[in-house]
Amino acid sequence: MSISVQEADFDVGAEIAALTAGDARAGAVASFVGLVRDVNDGDGVSEMTLEHYPGMTEKALEAIVAEARSRWDVYAVRVIHRVGRLLPQDRIVLVAVSGAHRGEAFAACEFIMDYLKTRAPFWKREVTPAGARWVDAREADDGAAARWEK
Amino acid sequence: MIKILYFAALRERLGTAGESIELPAGVADVGGLLAALAQRGGEWAGLAAVKNLKSAVNQEMARQNTPVKDGDEVAFFPPVTGG
Repeated sequence: MSISVQEADFDVGAEIAALTAGDARAGAVASFVGLVRDVNDGDGVSEMTLEHYPGMTEKALEAIVAEARSRWDVYAVRVIHRVGRLLPQDRIVLVAVSGAHRGEAFAACEFIMDYLKTRAPFWKREVTPAGARWVDAREADDGAAARWEK
Repeated sequence: MIKILYFAALRERLGTAGESIELPAGVADVGGLLAALAQRGGEWAGLAAVKNLKSAVNQEMARQNTPVKDGDEVAFFPPVTGG
């Protein structure tokens, strides 16, 4: 299973090892791990809750991975995104990509993250000293995704 | 019947996570459905004017002119903030 949406934490080392287990073609693994920060927009963050759209989330991630595979010759792809209540320093997301060389692995990994940020239906609600609030989307994320438009 | 889902800040603002309704007469696309929902008044009145409101039809990202037909699942939500 290359895509998981789950409440549970994940083991980065084990996931990366599994990505290339038995695949001696792979000369590169690029990975990204996103973490919960204890600050956002100048306010302290004590916890957050990630909501998503069950069904569409998985479809959207599958479509993003398929698009990455159509653009770069990569071997294995793993995407894990957590949902539910998370605390600062908790892992939120893992994207790991294997390929023959670093170029396609780096590019596909970054592409998947950029598209995930703007196309996968997740929403963060964070708790600050002033109360709970929904996190606003960032224009910088739209810009990051737009770089990959053909 | 169509199924409509609301997520995140929109779900809280409208006070509902979703509903099943008969496709309103004359509604053929997402924009038309929004206009029909806005006629409910109250919090619904501002729905079509929500900044950067996003939508999906049958779990695919949609636009105002995306067709909506009987049996579809339509979702409305704010811009996504995962990752």
